Amino acid sequence: MPKRTDLKRILVIGSGPIVIGQACEFDYSGTQACKALRSEGLQVVLVNSNPATIMTDPEVADRTFIEPLTPEFVTQVIERERPDALLPTVGGQTALNLAVVLSESGVLESNGVELIGASVEAIKVAEDRLQFREAMRSIDVAVPASEYAKSLDEAMASVETLGFPVIIRPSFTLGGVGGGIAYNVSEFREMAERGLGFSPVSEILLEESVLGWKEFELEVMRDAADNFVVICSIENVDPMGVHTGDSITVAPALTLTDKEYQRLRNIARRIIRRVGVETGGSNIQFAIHPEDGRVVAIEMNPRVSRSSALASKATGFPIAKIAAKLALGYRLDEIPNDITRLTPASFEPAIDYVVVKIPRWAFEKFPQADRTLTTQMKSVGEVMAIGRTFKEAFLKGCRSLENGTSGQLFAQPEGQSEDDATLQRELAVPTDRRLWAVFRALERGWQIDKVHDLTKIDRWFLWQFAEIVELKRAAGLVGLRDMSVELLTTLKRSGFGDTDIAAITGADVSAVFDRRRDAGLRPVYKRIDTCAAEFESFTPYQYGTYERECEADPTDRPKVVILGSGPNRIGQGLEFDYCCCHAAFALRKQGYETIMVNCNPETVSTDYDSVDRLYFEPLTFEDVVAIIEREKSAGGDVACLVQFGGQTPLKLALPLQAAGVKILGTSPDSIDLAEDRERFARLLWDLGVSQAPSGIARSREEARAVASSIGFPVVVRPSYVLGGRAMAIVYDLSALDRYITEAVDASPERPVLIDQFLEDAFELDVDAVADATGAVVIGGIMEHIEEAGIHSGDSSCVVPPYLVPERHLAVIRDYTRRIARALNVVGLMNIQFAVKDDTVYVLEVNPRASRTVPYLSKATGVPLAKVAARVAAGASLAEVELVDDLNVVGVFVKTPVFPFVRFPGVDTLLGPEMKSTGEVMGGAETFGAAFAKAQLAAGHHLPDKGTAFISVNDDDKANVGQIASDLAALGFVIVASRGTAAYLRAHGLDVEVVFKVNEGRPHIADRVLDGQIDLIINTPLGRESFFDDRIVRRVAMLHSVPCITTLTGAVATVNAIRALRSEALGVRPLQDYHAGIVTDEA
Amino acid sequence: MTKAILALEDGSWFEGISVGARGDTGGEVVFNTSMTGYQEVLTDPSYAGQIVTMTCPEIGNYGVTDGDVESRAPQVAGFIVRNASPIASNWRASGTLGDYLSTHEIVAIADIDTRALTRTLRSKGVMRGVISAVNVDPEQAIARARAVPPMEGADLVTRVTCSTAFDWPPDPAEPGAASAEEFGLPPQRRAGLPLRIAAYDFGMKWNILRRLGAYGCEVRVFPASTPASELLATDPDGVFLSNGPGDPASLDYAVKNVKALVVAEVPTFGICLGHQLLGLALGGKTYKLKFGHRGANHPVKHLATDKIEITSQNHGFAIDPDSLPNDVTVTHLNLYDGTVEGLRHTSRPAFAVQYHPEASPGPHDADYLFGLFLDLIEEHR
Repeated sequence: MPKRTDLKRILVIGSGPIVIGQACEFDYSGTQACKALRSEGLQVVLVNSNPATIMTDPEVADRTFIEPLTPEFVTQVIERERPDALLPTVGGQTALNLAVVLSESGVLESNGVELIGASVEAIKVAEDRLQFREAMRSIDVAVPASEYAKSLDEAMASVETLGFPVIIRPSFTLGGVGGGIAYNVSEFREMAERGLGFSPVSEILLEESVLGWKEFELEVMRDAADNFVVICSIENVDPMGVHTGDSITVAPALTLTDKEYQRLRNIARRIIRRVGVETGGSNIQFAIHPEDGRVVAIEMNPRVSRSSALASKATGFPIAKIAAKLALGYRLDEIPNDITRLTPASFEPAIDYVVVKIPRWAFEKFPQADRTLTTQMKSVGEVMAIGRTFKEAFLKGCRSLENGTSGQLFAQPEGQSEDDATLQRELAVPTDRRLWAVFRALERGWQIDKVHDLTKIDRWFLWQFAEIVELKRAAGLVGLRDMSVELLTTLKRSGFGDTDIAAITGADVSAVFDRRRDAGLRPVYKRIDTCAAEFESFTPYQYGTYERECEADPTDRPKVVILGSGPNRIGQGLEFDYCCCHAAFALRKQGYETIMVNCNPETVSTDYDSVDRLYFEPLTFEDVVAIIEREKSAGGDVACLVQFGGQTPLKLALPLQAAGVKILGTSPDSIDLAEDRERFARLLWDLGVSQAPSGIARSREEARAVASSIGFPVVVRPSYVLGGRAMAIVYDLSALDRYITEAVDASPERPVLIDQFLEDAFELDVDAVADATGAVVIGGIMEHIEEAGIHSGDSSCVVPPYLVPERHLAVIRDYTRRIARALNVVGLMNIQFAVKDDTVYVLEVNPRASRTVPYLSKATGVPLAKVAARVAAGASLAEVELVDDLNVVGVFVKTPVFPFVRFPGVDTLLGPEMKSTGEVMGGAETFGAAFAKAQLAAGHHLPDKGTAFISVNDDDKANVGQIASDLAALGFVIVASRGTAAYLRAHGLDVEVVFKVNEGRPHIADRVLDGQIDLIINTPLGRESFFDDRIVRRVAMLHSVPCITTLTGAVATVNAIRALRSEALGVRPLQDYHAGIVTDEA
Repeated sequence: MTKAILALEDGSWFEGISVGARGDTGGEVVFNTSMTGYQEVLTDPSYAGQIVTMTCPEIGNYGVTDGDVESRAPQVAGFIVRNASPIASNWRASGTLGDYLSTHEIVAIADIDTRALTRTLRSKGVMRGVISAVNVDPEQAIARARAVPPMEGADLVTRVTCSTAFDWPPDPAEPGAASAEEFGLPPQRRAGLPLRIAAYDFGMKWNILRRLGAYGCEVRVFPASTPASELLATDPDGVFLSNGPGDPASLDYAVKNVKALVVAEVPTFGICLGHQLLGLALGGKTYKLKFGHRGANHPVKHLATDKIEITSQNHGFAIDPDSLPNDVTVTHLNLYDGTVEGLRHTSRPAFAVQYHPEASPGPHDADYLFGLFLDLIEEHR
């Protein structure tokens, strides 16, 4: 069955902003799908609200709409672009849900758009748990016993028969939001109520607990001729009860006999047929009882997923690309396997290595959050590691996490003496830290059976962990000096990093490095070839291991090694992967051989198609140096690019340079200078650039002295951190003391930076590219919408700036150029400025790619990272034909999205520590419209009428009057807290007083619950955040009432509401913005 | 830990550790890419005379299970893995892999670069080799590897066939005799009346018998050397030609018997070696593949339906399609390398496949072939 010829134009929907449960794996999948469709000669129309994606690069699709992923906007795109078909299976749950809505509302039919890849019926059978259960019954596939409830009463009745523990799963939510496991009636009541609230259809499924059962996933594909293949089996090390996104997983499945595995395969085939996924990939999850082998099917995702991205990286089989081609009518046997070239895609990959995925959480950002792992995903990123054995892959994964866990597998939890009872509890209740507890228990000599009984982790994995413990013990006993080459070899072959061995033996890591090299122990590189070496492979997709034969086969071409950004975390995510990819694309085009090193399976950068050679390896000094040496061994110039992947590669810049590696672009010394507060302050002084008074403290006494001389409030932070980690604003000495004792440990090695806090300043970000000749091009000046004090990553921002006068912009441009030249920046640079009292201050300079580069590139149409990569590799800006500062046509607003909904009890107030996971962009002709679109894209439902509640602190009262009267003029009823109401009344506004939470009832939270409030403006009352405010903010979030916590945000919101009421918000593709053609809809 | 060595006839050698019996062994070194089913591989009589390398690196994790055997004991000449699990973790397991290998005197080596070995076998072709856990001197091992008799021309069937005829299942107490229903596909159809099948045992995998049983057949199994007339004298509804080891071209007696069956027009179905013997009996020729097909992921196209089956494979020889006479049709093709995977006589009731519809290990996609055998028998009753 060859390709269908009736399809010419395909609409692809992306997954929107990065949130927990939906991260850059959908950029990887979506980009693959778009490329596959276009390679077949089709036109691709793309909608995605996330500007930091590769898929929204204007060259990936024919028409690229960075617009809100709401039915209204996608309908506009459909009406405008008239696609023949919609491919909804590569944009996660977001795209599937949109496809269902668009189909049911008749939009697809009336516009003649066919759904390809998955039908609405198939999506519903897979997604609706009741329908899924019935479907499974009809094909004799067992599922956990379950009941369906549409109300709390129904739920309470059902739980009587199901018993405890019981699992609560709301229908149609993403990544299990609102779900959980209840162990008793009171927990159950609370969770059931919450689940009903979260489900868009007010339905929850109550399910028999299969906690502790073994958990497996199969990634399967089917074509229109009913051919079926399993791409990969995945085994969860953490048994049932922990969301697969929060589990350590391993591929292939390691503890199933062929009989058991084939049984799963047969069931999977029946399921994909019954659900009716006619073409494409699906993920099917199973639980197997560890004592009797009973199998139940848990769920099925009729689309590409996080697991399918992992499976693609684990096997070399590009699921999303093949799925896109199958959707066009191709059969699996008509599509070649890229890696072997001669064999078709209609096969099941055989792998001859072990892949381990380990999640990475961000609980340090949300101290009040419950760290228990349940059916609701909580991790923000993951690493994948490949080794020839489980132990090797696992230990490589641990060091890829960059958690500071090297050699720390066995460390006691900080500041906590742990008795056996505590340890037992840590094993029994899964949290992000359970794995380390497993190691401590084994080290204490606990039997594998005991640890198994507590954790239900399969004994085979526990045995592997015990072997690691044993090796560690052996190494610790002999120490490095007396260690035999045989033991050292065993350690390296088992995956121990040099830093692990150093930590275990108390030796210096450089001593381990030297010792290893003296023993001739260097990794070799094996290829991932889909076929366990049965056929020749043509794709240098590789991993390192300590074996006999090396297959790296480096060339003598000039090469650039690009270091990626590692696991996604808050503060370092998709944006940096985007920059790394762009660097690779640009340099490949310039004739360099591009070599990527990264360990994040979700990314585009680890697609073997993105670069000439891919090393799926940890981003540590040891691993990177080994790769560079291997690449150098064939001759040819090898240089390394560190400025695109965020802090991860930057930390390696100096050590790599010291090891003789050529670093492209801005020198590691300049990078260091910008990070070194004292050197940097001197430089700015010499340049005559104003900066907020600042100082550096290496002890509590120094901190007190510095803060007193600067004057409170001050911003304090540790040096060398990312995303404002542990950054705080302190208003007095006692708070400073508390910060120094609790949050950081100021020491000579780890100084604390102290800056004056520029209260109420405007903040601006600048991204610029500079070349070796001293030429500087400013990519854009982005004005933050929230005032100073909120982390730049958490602030909405806009280009071009809308409130800052030209004279300040001129100063900013001038400072940017001077600093770039003084630092000898070659490549990208980001500067944060603040404007206060008519003075421009420099807050921070980062001579590297920043989080805003992709957004700015989309807004300006100029791929800044590509330009910077060429410049870093030696071209001048003139040669790249970029001479003038960039302009923006229209107005583009970037707005962050937050994971608060996943962390009950966590305050939603923003501060200097970054908390957002992703971002969206809204573009329009006016600021109000662009801001409104960004808000809609971020999932905030701005009201166009109704009641607004205002409660602001005393400092803000002077400025709230205008906002209130603007809202009143727009027809809003204004209610306010007592103090604010008094102020507003005094200024002639008719305002009703509403109780605050501690003032009696009904209070503001009651009003929100009753649906009487449509908008909240609530700035924090004073310096401490009061419990009272927090409740209001959480209630507002849970009921989707916009809650604005800054006055500048409130002004912007009023602007947006005005825009919503006065103009129709249209859609416009990037290709039109950048062609400079104004179309009628725009 | 005892050291062990693997040496190949090309002069290369690998040092590892012994994970089976303390002895030495020689054979043809081959590789299998299945990621599950090492116990089925070990006990498959088609591996007689061969040292099997598992490309999947973690082997032994789920131990060994009484029911998961394809014959009474391991049949391989030796076993090579990257990492052998010292423990067995599975609810059905009855022991560890290491104990099983030792008990059955199978010499095995672990901790070697099995991927490098596989790449050697892929590029140079399968080779004779030796594993020793007693004498690890490379030169001597290489010399012994070169002295291992070649597979070409070898009749290994006599080593693995049954000594006397028996009925399946032989004895309910025999481990592995029972068919674990929950693990097999339900048969697409069953014979209306019990069908009596006479099977030639060239090294028959028990799962073939289990599947025939599941489809409602009663099977009498005959030694490979049994004259065709003796089988035909039992008046079977159909005849089955089993899988087995070695070079089909060395089995003149078997080819002669198959010719007699074809002439007698008794419905005949062959698998693997049985397929090759049918091909030879119908006038075709066989040749040795460079490194064979051994694994559980080979795509095969069924030409009649255009459907793809993911198949279990284990063969080192293949039928040359150009050698087949006009009254023989190729029914299945391997999509990896285009080799013949199935054939059928156009007028006589005989067909065969090169791969393993009984799976074990491997996917159950081709189980329908047992149904086709039933169809053929019922058409000819």
